[in-house]
Amino acid sequence: MTVSRREFMKWASATAGVTAVAGCAAGGGAGSSGRVVVVGGGYGGATAAKFVKMWAPDIDVTLVEPNQYFISCPISNLVLGGNAQMSDITYSYDGLRQRGIRVIRDSAVAVDAAKRQVRLAGGDTLPYDRVIMSPGIEFMVDQIPALKNADAQDRVPHAWKAGAQTMVLRKQLEAMHDGGVYVLQIPMAPYRCPPGPYERVCQIADYFKKAKPKSKIIVLDSNPDITSKKGLFLAAWNGMYKGMIEYRPNSEIADVDVRGMTIKLQFDNVKGDVLNVVPAMRAADIAVRSGLITANNRWCGVDWLTCESTAVKGVHVLGDSTLSASAMPKSGSMANQHAKVCAAAVIALIKGQPVNADPMMMNTCYSFVSGDSAMHVASVHRYDAVHKTIVPVKGSGGVSAAASTAEAAYAWGWARNIWAEALA
Amino acid sequence: MSSIYLVTAKVAAVAFALGLALPATAQDSTHARSLAATCFTCHGTDGHSVNGVPPSLAGQNKDYLLKQLGEFRDGKRPATIMHQHAKGYTNEQLELISGYFASVTPGRATPAPAVR
Repeated sequence: MTVSRREFMKWASATAGVTAVAGCAAGGGAGSSGRVVVVGGGYGGATAAKFVKMWAPDIDVTLVEPNQYFISCPISNLVLGGNAQMSDITYSYDGLRQRGIRVIRDSAVAVDAAKRQVRLAGGDTLPYDRVIMSPGIEFMVDQIPALKNADAQDRVPHAWKAGAQTMVLRKQLEAMHDGGVYVLQIPMAPYRCPPGPYERVCQIADYFKKAKPKSKIIVLDSNPDITSKKGLFLAAWNGMYKGMIEYRPNSEIADVDVRGMTIKLQFDNVKGDVLNVVPAMRAADIAVRSGLITANNRWCGVDWLTCESTAVKGVHVLGDSTLSASAMPKSGSMANQHAKVCAAAVIALIKGQPVNADPMMMNTCYSFVSGDSAMHVASVHRYDAVHKTIVPVKGSGGVSAAASTAEAAYAWGWARNIWAEALA
Repeated sequence: MSSIYLVTAKVAAVAFALGLALPATAQDSTHARSLAATCFTCHGTDGHSVNGVPPSLAGQNKDYLLKQLGEFRDGKRPATIMHQHAKGYTNEQLELISGYFASVTPGRATPAPAVR
Protein backbone atom coordinates (compact mmCIF):
# COMPACT_ATOMS: atom_id res chain seq x y z
CA MET A 1 0.00 0.00 0.00
CA THR A 2 1.35 3.41 -0.88
CA VAL A 3 0.32 6.44 1.12
CA SER A 4 0.02 9.70 -0.78
CA ARG A 5 1.64 12.78 0.72
CA ARG A 6 -1.79 14.35 1.37
CA GLU A 7 -3.07 11.25 3.14
CA PHE A 8 0.15 11.09 5.09
CA MET A 9 -0.13 14.69 6.31
CA LYS A 10 -3.80 14.21 7.21
CA TRP A 11 -2.87 11.14 9.16
CA ALA A 12 0.19 12.73 10.82
CA SER A 13 -1.77 15.71 12.13
CA ALA A 14 -4.64 13.52 13.33
CA THR A 15 -2.19 11.12 14.91
CA ALA A 16 -0.50 13.82 16.97
CA GLY A 17 -3.70 14.65 18.79
CA VAL A 18 -4.70 11.05 19.28
CA THR A 19 -1.30 10.15 20.68
CA ALA A 20 -1.51 12.90 23.25
CA VAL A 21 -4.97 11.77 24.36
CA ALA A 22 -3.96 8.13 24.49
CA GLY A 23 -0.85 9.06 26.45
CA CYS A 24 -2.99 10.59 29.20
CA ALA A 25 -5.79 8.08 29.13
CA ALA A 26 -3.79 4.87 29.06
CA GLY A 27 -3.45 3.49 32.53
CA GLY A 28 -4.05 -0.22 32.71
CA GLY A 29 -1.64 -2.54 34.44
CA ALA A 30 2.13 -2.27 34.28
CA GLY A 31 3.19 -2.39 30.65
CA SER A 32 -0.38 -1.92 29.46
CA SER A 33 -0.85 0.58 26.68
CA GLY A 34 -4.59 0.96 27.15
CA ARG A 35 -7.84 -0.50 28.39
CA VAL A 36 -10.60 -1.82 26.19
CA VAL A 37 -13.92 -2.92 27.63
CA VAL A 38 -16.19 -5.01 25.39
CA VAL A 39 -19.89 -5.20 26.23
CA GLY A 40 -21.60 -8.33 24.90
CA GLY A 41 -20.02 -11.70 24.14
CA GLY A 42 -21.84 -12.69 20.96
CA TYR A 43 -20.47 -12.89 17.42
CA GLY A 44 -19.42 -9.23 17.45
CA GLY A 45 -18.15 -8.71 20.99
CA ALA A 46 -16.33 -11.99 21.59
CA THR A 47 -14.55 -11.68 18.24
CA ALA A 48 -13.61 -8.05 18.91
CA ALA A 49 -12.22 -8.94 22.35
CA LYS A 50 -10.13 -11.74 20.89
CA PHE A 51 -8.72 -9.69 18.02
CA VAL A 52 -7.82 -6.66 20.14
CA LYS A 53 -5.90 -9.01 22.47
CA MET A 54 -4.37 -11.07 19.65
CA TRP A 55 -3.24 -8.08 17.60
CA ALA A 56 -2.19 -5.95 20.63
CA PRO A 57 -1.29 -8.16 23.61
CA ASP A 58 -0.21 -5.06 25.57
CA ILE A 59 -3.80 -3.76 25.70
CA ASP A 60 -5.93 -4.85 28.68
CA VAL A 61 -9.18 -6.37 27.41
CA THR A 62 -12.27 -7.02 29.54
CA LEU A 63 -15.38 -8.73 28.17
CA VAL A 64 -18.70 -8.25 29.96
CA GLU A 65 -21.33 -10.90 29.20
CA PRO A 66 -24.32 -11.90 31.36
CA ASN A 67 -24.61 -15.46 30.03
CA GLN A 68 -22.33 -18.23 31.21
CA TYR A 69 -22.08 -19.73 27.73
CA PHE A 70 -22.06 -18.61 24.13
CA ILE A 71 -25.09 -20.11 22.39
CA SER A 72 -25.14 -19.65 18.63
CA CYS A 73 -28.19 -18.43 16.73
CA PRO A 74 -26.76 -19.80 13.45
CA ILE A 75 -27.35 -23.59 13.45
CA SER A 76 -30.07 -23.17 16.14
CA ASN A 77 -32.72 -23.75 13.45
CA LEU A 78 -31.15 -27.20 13.00
CA VAL A 79 -31.81 -27.86 16.69
CA LEU A 80 -35.49 -27.04 16.03
CA GLY A 81 -35.46 -29.47 13.12
CA GLY A 82 -33.80 -32.21 15.16
CA ASN A 83 -30.72 -32.06 12.93
CA ALA A 84 -28.39 -30.71 15.66
CA GLN A 85 -28.29 -30.67 19.45
CA MET A 86 -27.98 -27.77 21.91
CA SER A 87 -24.47 -29.05 22.72
CA ASP A 88 -23.51 -28.42 19.08
CA ILE A 89 -24.23 -24.69 19.48
CA THR A 90 -23.11 -24.10 23.09
CA TYR A 91 -19.51 -23.05 23.82
CA SER A 92 -17.50 -21.71 26.74
CA TYR A 93 -15.60 -18.44 27.11
CA ASP A 94 -12.56 -20.28 28.51
CA GLY A 95 -10.61 -19.84 25.26
CA LEU A 96 -10.81 -16.07 25.68
CA ARG A 97 -9.74 -16.37 29.33
CA GLN A 98 -6.73 -18.41 28.20
CA ARG A 99 -5.79 -15.56 25.89
CA GLY A 100 -5.55 -13.22 28.87
CA ILE A 101 -8.93 -11.56 28.40
CA ARG A 102 -10.81 -10.84 31.62
CA VAL A 103 -14.31 -12.27 31.18
CA ILE A 104 -16.83 -10.86 33.66
CA ARG A 105 -20.24 -12.51 33.98
CA ASP A 106 -22.42 -9.47 34.55
CA SER A 107 -24.63 -7.03 32.67
CA ALA A 108 -23.58 -3.54 31.70
CA VAL A 109 -26.25 -1.08 32.82
CA ALA A 110 -24.77 2.19 31.57
CA VAL A 111 -21.82 3.71 29.77
CA ASP A 112 -20.59 7.05 31.11
CA ALA A 113 -18.70 8.42 28.14
CA ALA A 114 -17.61 11.56 29.99
CA LYS A 115 -15.93 9.55 32.74
CA ARG A 116 -15.03 6.74 30.33
CA GLN A 117 -16.58 4.11 32.57
CA VAL A 118 -18.92 1.17 32.15
CA ARG A 119 -21.20 0.53 35.13
CA LEU A 120 -22.22 -3.06 35.81
CA ALA A 121 -25.42 -4.42 37.40
CA GLY A 122 -23.28 -6.08 40.07
CA GLY A 123 -22.02 -2.66 41.17
CA ASP A 124 -18.54 -2.64 39.62
CA THR A 125 -17.29 0.18 37.45
CA LEU A 126 -14.88 -0.54 34.61
CA PRO A 127 -12.71 2.33 33.31
CA TYR A 128 -11.82 2.31 29.61
CA ASP A 129 -9.92 4.14 26.93
CA ARG A 130 -12.24 2.69 24.28
CA VAL A 131 -15.43 0.71 24.83
CA ILE A 132 -16.79 -1.70 22.22
CA MET A 133 -20.53 -2.33 22.46
CA SER A 134 -21.98 -5.41 20.80
CA PRO A 135 -25.23 -5.70 22.74
CA GLY A 136 -27.39 -7.32 20.06
CA ILE A 137 -31.12 -6.80 19.71
CA GLU A 138 -34.16 -6.34 21.91
CA PHE A 139 -37.68 -7.31 20.82
CA MET A 140 -40.24 -4.53 20.41
CA VAL A 141 -42.88 -6.49 22.33
CA ASP A 142 -44.80 -3.31 23.07
CA GLN A 143 -46.13 -3.68 19.50
CA ILE A 144 -47.68 -7.06 20.43
CA PRO A 145 -49.49 -6.34 23.73
CA ALA A 146 -50.15 -9.98 24.72
CA LEU A 147 -46.45 -10.84 24.50
CA LYS A 148 -45.30 -8.27 27.04
CA ASN A 149 -45.04 -10.78 29.87
CA ALA A 150 -42.41 -13.50 30.01
CA ASP A 151 -44.99 -16.21 30.63
CA ALA A 152 -46.71 -15.46 27.33
CA GLN A 153 -43.32 -15.58 25.57
CA ASP A 154 -42.87 -19.13 26.88
CA ARG A 155 -46.27 -20.09 25.45
CA VAL A 156 -45.62 -18.27 22.17
CA PRO A 157 -41.83 -18.30 21.79
CA HIS A 158 -39.74 -16.23 19.40
CA ALA A 159 -36.71 -18.55 19.59
CA TRP A 160 -34.81 -15.70 17.91
CA LYS A 161 -32.20 -15.60 20.67
CA ALA A 162 -30.74 -19.07 20.90
CA GLY A 163 -30.89 -20.78 24.29
CA ALA A 164 -33.87 -21.47 26.54
CA GLN A 165 -36.28 -20.22 23.86
CA THR A 166 -34.85 -22.68 21.31
CA MET A 167 -35.59 -25.53 23.71
CA VAL A 168 -39.09 -24.23 24.45
CA LEU A 169 -40.01 -24.22 20.76
CA ARG A 170 -38.39 -27.61 20.10
CA LYS A 171 -40.37 -29.18 22.98
CA GLN A 172 -43.62 -27.68 21.65
CA LEU A 173 -42.90 -29.12 18.20
CA GLU A 174 -42.14 -32.51 19.72
CA ALA A 175 -45.37 -32.42 21.77
CA MET A 176 -47.55 -31.39 18.81
CA HIS A 177 -49.82 -34.11 17.37
CA ASP A 178 -49.38 -35.35 13.82
CA GLY A 179 -51.70 -33.23 11.72
CA GLY A 180 -51.08 -30.11 13.79
CA VAL A 181 -50.33 -26.63 12.46
CA TYR A 182 -47.13 -24.66 13.14
CA VAL A 183 -47.42 -20.92 12.48
CA LEU A 184 -44.39 -18.65 12.06
CA GLN A 185 -44.88 -14.89 12.08
CA ILE A 186 -41.96 -12.93 10.53
CA PRO A 187 -41.34 -9.25 11.35
CA MET A 188 -40.81 -6.49 8.81
CA ALA A 189 -37.17 -6.14 7.69
CA PRO A 190 -34.66 -5.15 8.97
CA TYR A 191 -34.39 -7.94 11.50
CA ARG A 192 -31.60 -10.26 12.68
CA CYS A 193 -30.66 -12.90 10.08
CA PRO A 194 -32.70 -12.19 6.90
CA PRO A 195 -32.82 -15.82 5.63
CA GLY A 196 -33.31 -17.23 9.15
CA PRO A 197 -37.14 -17.47 9.15
CA TYR A 198 -37.23 -19.26 5.80
CA GLU A 199 -34.49 -21.66 6.90
CA ARG A 200 -36.55 -22.34 10.04
CA VAL A 201 -39.54 -23.23 7.87
CA CYS A 202 -37.36 -25.74 5.98
CA GLN A 203 -35.99 -27.27 9.19
CA ILE A 204 -39.42 -27.70 10.76
CA ALA A 205 -40.80 -29.09 7.48
CA ASP A 206 -37.90 -31.57 7.48
CA TYR A 207 -38.87 -32.64 11.01
CA PHE A 208 -42.59 -32.89 10.18
CA LYS A 209 -41.86 -34.88 7.03
CA LYS A 210 -39.99 -37.48 9.07
CA ALA A 211 -41.99 -37.49 12.33
CA LYS A 212 -45.41 -35.91 11.70
CA PRO A 213 -46.15 -36.07 7.97
CA LYS A 214 -49.78 -34.88 8.21
CA SER A 215 -48.73 -31.60 9.83
CA LYS A 216 -48.77 -28.21 8.12
CA ILE A 217 -46.83 -24.95 8.28
CA ILE A 218 -48.32 -21.48 7.84
CA VAL A 219 -45.87 -18.62 7.25
CA LEU A 220 -47.24 -15.17 8.08
CA ASP A 221 -44.67 -12.77 6.63
CA SER A 222 -44.99 -9.07 7.44
CA ASN A 223 -42.87 -8.42 4.36
CA PRO A 224 -44.34 -8.28 0.85
CA ASP A 225 -42.16 -11.21 -0.24
CA ILE A 226 -39.46 -13.65 0.90
CA THR A 227 -36.61 -11.31 1.84
CA SER A 228 -33.60 -13.57 1.14
CA LYS A 229 -32.65 -16.43 -1.23
CA LYS A 230 -36.24 -16.45 -2.52
CA GLY A 231 -35.76 -18.77 -5.50
CA LEU A 232 -33.73 -21.27 -3.48
CA PHE A 233 -36.24 -21.41 -0.62
CA LEU A 234 -39.16 -21.73 -3.01
CA ALA A 235 -37.36 -24.60 -4.76
CA ALA A 236 -37.25 -26.45 -1.41
CA TRP A 237 -40.83 -25.54 -0.44
CA ASN A 238 -42.24 -26.57 -3.83
CA GLY A 239 -39.93 -29.56 -4.10
CA MET A 240 -39.03 -31.70 -1.09
CA TYR A 241 -41.72 -30.06 1.11
CA LYS A 242 -44.48 -29.80 -1.52
CA GLY A 243 -47.94 -29.33 -0.03
CA MET A 244 -46.69 -28.75 3.51
CA ILE A 245 -46.17 -24.96 3.53
CA GLU A 246 -48.60 -22.11 3.05
CA TYR A 247 -46.90 -18.73 2.57
CA ARG A 248 -48.87 -15.52 3.20
CA PRO A 249 -47.06 -12.24 2.46
CA ASN A 250 -48.11 -8.81 3.83
CA SER A 251 -49.31 -10.44 7.05
CA GLU A 252 -48.40 -7.96 9.77
CA ILE A 253 -49.29 -9.00 13.28
CA ALA A 254 -51.66 -6.97 15.48
CA ASP A 255 -51.70 -9.17 18.59
CA VAL A 256 -51.82 -12.74 19.85
CA ASP A 257 -54.58 -14.57 21.67
CA VAL A 258 -52.32 -16.74 23.80
CA ARG A 259 -55.10 -18.80 25.41
CA GLY A 260 -56.88 -19.30 22.11
CA MET A 261 -53.57 -19.99 20.31
CA THR A 262 -54.47 -17.51 17.59
CA ILE A 263 -52.40 -14.89 15.81
CA LYS A 264 -54.42 -11.78 15.12
CA LEU A 265 -53.64 -10.04 11.85
CA GLN A 266 -55.25 -6.81 10.75
CA PHE A 267 -58.10 -8.50 8.84
CA ASP A 268 -57.75 -12.13 9.75
CA ASN A 269 -57.12 -14.57 12.60
CA VAL A 270 -54.85 -17.55 12.21
CA LYS A 271 -55.10 -20.45 14.63
CA GLY A 272 -52.28 -22.91 15.22
CA ASP A 273 -51.07 -25.67 17.52
CA VAL A 274 -47.58 -24.17 17.83
CA LEU A 275 -47.23 -20.41 17.44
CA ASN A 276 -43.80 -18.88 16.80
CA VAL A 277 -43.93 -15.09 16.77
CA VAL A 278 -40.73 -13.18 16.04
CA PRO A 279 -41.36 -9.57 17.08
CA ALA A 280 -39.76 -6.59 15.37
CA MET A 281 -36.34 -5.66 16.77
CA ARG A 282 -34.24 -2.70 17.81
CA ALA A 283 -30.81 -2.24 19.41
CA ALA A 284 -30.62 -3.59 22.97
CA ASP A 285 -31.55 -1.47 26.01
CA ILE A 286 -27.95 -0.62 26.97
CA ALA A 287 -27.60 1.11 23.59
CA VAL A 288 -30.69 3.19 24.37
CA ARG A 289 -29.47 4.07 27.88
CA SER A 290 -26.04 5.01 26.54
CA GLY A 291 -27.48 7.45 24.00
CA LEU A 292 -26.28 5.46 20.99
CA ILE A 293 -29.57 5.28 19.07
CA THR A 294 -29.47 7.56 16.04
CA ALA A 295 -31.95 6.08 13.55
CA ASN A 296 -35.73 5.44 13.76
CA ASN A 297 -35.53 5.04 17.54
CA ARG A 298 -34.04 1.63 16.78
CA TRP A 299 -30.45 1.47 15.56
CA CYS A 300 -26.97 2.83 16.37
CA GLY A 301 -25.26 4.86 13.66
CA VAL A 302 -21.51 4.29 13.33
CA ASP A 303 -18.52 5.56 11.37
CA TRP A 304 -17.70 2.43 9.35
CA LEU A 305 -13.94 3.19 9.33
CA THR A 306 -13.78 2.53 13.07
CA CYS A 307 -17.30 1.42 14.12
CA GLU A 308 -17.22 4.42 16.47
CA SER A 309 -20.67 5.71 17.37
CA THR A 310 -21.73 8.82 15.48
CA ALA A 311 -23.47 9.95 18.68
CA VAL A 312 -20.92 9.28 21.46
CA LYS A 313 -17.13 9.56 21.07
CA GLY A 314 -14.95 6.76 22.40
CA VAL A 315 -17.82 4.27 22.12
CA HIS A 316 -17.72 1.73 19.28
CA VAL A 317 -20.75 -0.32 18.24
CA LEU A 318 -20.85 -3.62 16.35
CA GLY A 319 -23.21 -6.21 15.04
CA ASP A 320 -26.98 -6.35 14.83
CA SER A 321 -27.55 -3.19 16.88
CA THR A 322 -25.89 -0.98 14.26
CA LEU A 323 -27.75 0.95 11.58
CA SER A 324 -26.82 -1.39 8.73
CA ALA A 325 -25.16 0.11 5.68
CA SER A 326 -26.68 -0.48 2.25
CA ALA A 327 -27.13 -4.22 1.47
CA MET A 328 -25.44 -5.16 4.74
CA PRO A 329 -27.38 -7.92 6.52
CA LYS A 330 -27.70 -8.28 10.30
CA SER A 331 -25.80 -11.55 10.44
CA GLY A 332 -23.21 -13.37 12.53
CA SER A 333 -20.81 -13.14 9.59
CA MET A 334 -21.23 -9.40 9.38
CA ALA A 335 -20.78 -8.95 13.15
CA ASN A 336 -17.56 -10.99 12.88
CA GLN A 337 -16.37 -8.66 10.10
CA HIS A 338 -17.38 -5.51 12.00
CA ALA A 339 -15.40 -6.86 14.97
CA LYS A 340 -12.14 -7.14 13.06
CA VAL A 341 -12.45 -3.72 11.41
CA CYS A 342 -13.25 -2.27 14.84
CA ALA A 343 -10.46 -4.15 16.66
CA ALA A 344 -7.84 -2.90 14.18
CA ALA A 345 -9.18 0.66 14.44
CA VAL A 346 -9.36 0.65 18.24
CA ILE A 347 -5.75 -0.56 18.46
CA ALA A 348 -4.64 2.11 15.98
CA LEU A 349 -6.51 4.86 17.86
CA ILE A 350 -5.06 3.83 21.22
CA LYS A 351 -1.53 3.59 19.83
CA GLY A 352 -1.72 6.74 17.74
CA GLN A 353 -1.33 4.87 14.47
CA PRO A 354 -3.23 5.57 11.25
CA VAL A 355 -6.65 3.95 10.93
CA ASN A 356 -7.12 1.78 7.83
CA ALA A 357 -8.70 4.12 5.27
CA ASP A 358 -10.28 1.42 3.11
CA PRO A 359 -11.66 -1.44 5.19
CA MET A 360 -13.32 -4.39 3.45
CA MET A 361 -16.06 -6.64 4.77
CA MET A 362 -17.38 -9.91 3.43
CA ASN A 363 -20.63 -11.68 4.21
CA THR A 364 -21.36 -15.38 3.98
CA CYS A 365 -24.71 -16.74 5.18
CA TYR A 366 -25.52 -20.40 4.77
CA SER A 367 -29.04 -21.80 5.17
CA PHE A 368 -29.84 -25.48 5.62
CA VAL A 369 -32.87 -26.65 3.65
CA SER A 370 -32.68 -30.09 5.32
CA GLY A 371 -30.28 -31.95 7.60
CA ASP A 372 -27.66 -32.39 4.91
CA SER A 373 -28.30 -29.80 2.22
CA ALA A 374 -27.45 -26.09 2.38
CA MET A 375 -27.11 -23.00 0.22
CA HIS A 376 -25.59 -19.55 0.63
CA VAL A 377 -25.83 -15.86 -0.02
CA ALA A 378 -22.54 -14.00 -0.25
CA SER A 379 -21.47 -10.38 -0.64
CA VAL A 380 -18.33 -8.25 -0.50
CA HIS A 381 -18.40 -4.68 0.82
CA ARG A 382 -15.90 -1.83 0.58
CA TYR A 383 -15.60 1.59 2.16
CA ASP A 384 -16.80 4.44 -0.05
CA ALA A 385 -14.80 7.49 1.00
CA VAL A 386 -17.08 9.91 -0.88
CA HIS A 387 -20.28 8.79 0.81
CA LYS A 388 -18.46 7.75 4.02
CA THR A 389 -20.20 4.41 4.22
CA ILE A 390 -19.80 0.76 3.33
CA VAL A 391 -21.16 -0.27 -0.06
CA PRO A 392 -21.37 -3.61 -1.85
CA VAL A 393 -18.67 -4.14 -4.48
CA LYS A 394 -20.32 -4.17 -7.92
CA GLY A 395 -20.19 -7.55 -9.63
CA SER A 396 -19.35 -9.45 -6.45
CA GLY A 397 -21.48 -11.78 -4.38
CA GLY A 398 -24.49 -13.89 -5.23
CA VAL A 399 -26.35 -17.00 -4.17
CA SER A 400 -25.89 -20.75 -4.69
CA ALA A 401 -26.92 -22.25 -7.99
CA ALA A 402 -28.81 -24.85 -5.91
CA ALA A 403 -28.75 -26.26 -2.39
CA SER A 404 -26.27 -29.14 -2.07
CA THR A 405 -24.62 -31.56 0.35
CA ALA A 406 -21.24 -30.00 -0.57
CA GLU A 407 -22.46 -26.67 0.77
CA ALA A 408 -23.78 -28.34 3.92
CA ALA A 409 -20.18 -29.37 4.65
CA TYR A 410 -19.01 -25.81 3.98
CA ALA A 411 -21.79 -24.45 6.18
CA TRP A 412 -20.61 -26.60 9.09
CA GLY A 413 -17.04 -25.48 8.28
CA TRP A 414 -18.21 -21.87 8.41
CA ALA A 415 -19.84 -22.50 11.80
CA ARG A 416 -16.81 -24.22 13.34
CA ASN A 417 -14.45 -21.54 12.08
CA ILE A 418 -16.56 -18.52 13.03
CA TRP A 419 -17.07 -20.03 16.52
CA ALA A 420 -13.30 -20.50 16.81
CA GLU A 421 -12.82 -16.92 15.57
CA ALA A 422 -14.96 -15.68 18.46
CA LEU A 423 -13.96 -18.05 21.24
CA ALA A 424 -10.69 -19.92 20.64
CA MET B 1 6.71 33.17 21.93
CA SER B 2 3.61 31.14 22.54
CA SER B 3 2.98 30.64 18.82
CA ILE B 4 6.56 29.51 18.30
CA TYR B 5 6.12 27.18 21.23
CA LEU B 6 2.90 25.81 19.72
CA VAL B 7 4.53 25.22 16.34
CA THR B 8 7.47 23.53 18.03
CA ALA B 9 5.12 21.43 20.11
CA LYS B 10 3.15 20.41 17.04
CA VAL B 11 6.30 19.44 15.14
CA ALA B 12 7.50 17.52 18.17
CA ALA B 13 4.16 15.82 18.50
CA VAL B 14 4.23 14.79 14.85
CA ALA B 15 7.79 13.55 15.22
CA PHE B 16 6.79 11.70 18.36
CA ALA B 17 3.90 10.13 16.52
CA LEU B 18 6.21 9.16 13.66
CA GLY B 19 8.64 7.65 16.10
CA LEU B 20 5.89 5.53 17.57
CA ALA B 21 4.31 4.74 14.23
CA LEU B 22 5.09 1.52 12.47
CA PRO B 23 7.53 1.62 9.56
CA ALA B 24 5.87 1.54 6.12
CA THR B 25 6.40 -2.19 5.69
CA ALA B 26 4.70 -2.94 9.02
CA GLN B 27 1.79 -0.70 8.01
CA ASP B 28 1.53 -2.63 4.76
CA SER B 29 1.43 -5.87 6.70
CA THR B 30 -1.27 -4.51 9.04
CA HIS B 31 -3.27 -3.55 5.95
CA ALA B 32 -2.70 -7.01 4.44
CA ARG B 33 -3.70 -8.60 7.73
CA SER B 34 -6.98 -6.66 7.83
CA LEU B 35 -7.75 -7.72 4.25
CA ALA B 36 -6.92 -11.37 5.00
CA ALA B 37 -9.04 -11.16 8.17
CA THR B 38 -12.13 -10.93 5.94
CA CYS B 39 -11.32 -14.52 4.87
CA PHE B 40 -10.79 -15.81 8.45
CA THR B 41 -14.56 -16.04 9.06
CA CYS B 42 -14.79 -19.19 6.92
CA HIS B 43 -11.13 -20.26 6.61
CA GLY B 44 -10.23 -19.81 10.28
CA THR B 45 -8.19 -17.28 12.23
CA ASP B 46 -4.96 -16.62 10.31
CA GLY B 47 -6.13 -19.26 7.83
CA HIS B 48 -5.95 -22.15 10.32
CA SER B 49 -9.19 -23.94 9.50
CA VAL B 50 -10.86 -26.16 12.10
CA ASN B 51 -11.12 -29.65 10.51
CA GLY B 52 -9.67 -28.23 7.28
CA VAL B 53 -13.08 -27.47 5.71
CA PRO B 54 -12.93 -25.07 3.94
CA PRO B 55 -9.17 -25.53 3.43
CA SER B 56 -6.52 -23.97 5.64
CA LEU B 57 -4.72 -21.12 3.92
CA ALA B 58 -1.97 -20.63 6.52
CA GLY B 59 1.46 -21.15 5.01
CA GLN B 60 0.16 -21.72 1.47
CA ASN B 61 2.41 -20.70 -1.38
CA LYS B 62 1.70 -17.10 -2.37
CA ASP B 63 1.80 -17.63 -6.13
CA TYR B 64 -0.44 -20.68 -5.84
CA LEU B 65 -3.02 -18.78 -3.76
CA LEU B 66 -2.98 -15.80 -6.10
CA LYS B 67 -3.41 -18.06 -9.13
CA GLN B 68 -6.39 -19.85 -7.53
CA LEU B 69 -8.04 -16.57 -6.52
CA GLY B 70 -7.58 -15.24 -10.06
CA GLU B 71 -9.07 -18.42 -11.53
CA PHE B 72 -12.04 -18.28 -9.15
CA ARG B 73 -12.62 -14.66 -10.10
CA ASP B 74 -12.36 -15.36 -13.84
CA GLY B 75 -14.61 -18.42 -13.62
CA LYS B 76 -11.79 -20.77 -14.69
CA ARG B 77 -11.93 -22.79 -11.49
CA PRO B 78 -15.43 -24.01 -10.59
CA ALA B 79 -16.65 -23.05 -7.12
CA THR B 80 -19.75 -22.86 -4.97
CA ILE B 81 -18.96 -19.47 -3.46
CA MET B 82 -15.35 -18.41 -4.07
CA HIS B 83 -16.01 -16.88 -7.50
CA GLN B 84 -18.52 -14.52 -5.85
CA HIS B 85 -16.05 -13.52 -3.13
CA ALA B 86 -12.98 -13.21 -5.37
CA LYS B 87 -14.82 -10.71 -7.60
CA GLY B 88 -15.05 -8.34 -4.65
CA TYR B 89 -11.32 -7.64 -4.46
CA THR B 90 -8.82 -5.83 -6.68
CA ASN B 91 -5.68 -7.59 -7.98
CA GLU B 92 -3.62 -5.60 -5.52
CA GLN B 93 -5.84 -6.71 -2.63
CA LEU B 94 -5.73 -10.37 -3.73
CA GLU B 95 -1.94 -10.15 -3.83
CA LEU B 96 -1.78 -8.70 -0.30
CA ILE B 97 -4.16 -11.40 0.96
CA SER B 98 -2.11 -14.18 -0.67
CA GLY B 99 1.09 -12.72 0.73
CA TYR B 100 -0.37 -12.57 4.22
CA PHE B 101 -1.46 -16.22 4.29
CA ALA B 102 1.92 -17.27 2.82
CA SER B 103 3.64 -15.50 5.71
CA VAL B 104 1.68 -17.39 8.41
CA THR B 105 3.22 -20.52 9.93
CA PRO B 106 1.00 -23.50 9.14
CA GLY B 107 -0.37 -25.29 12.17
CA ARG B 108 -3.35 -26.84 13.84
CA ALA B 109 -6.49 -24.78 14.41
CA THR B 110 -7.95 -24.49 17.89
CA PRO B 111 -11.72 -25.09 17.88
CA ALA B 112 -14.12 -23.14 20.10
CA PRO B 113 -14.00 -24.76 23.56
CA ALA B 114 -16.92 -27.07 24.31
CA VAL B 115 -18.72 -26.79 27.62
CA ARG B 116 -17.19 -29.16 30.17
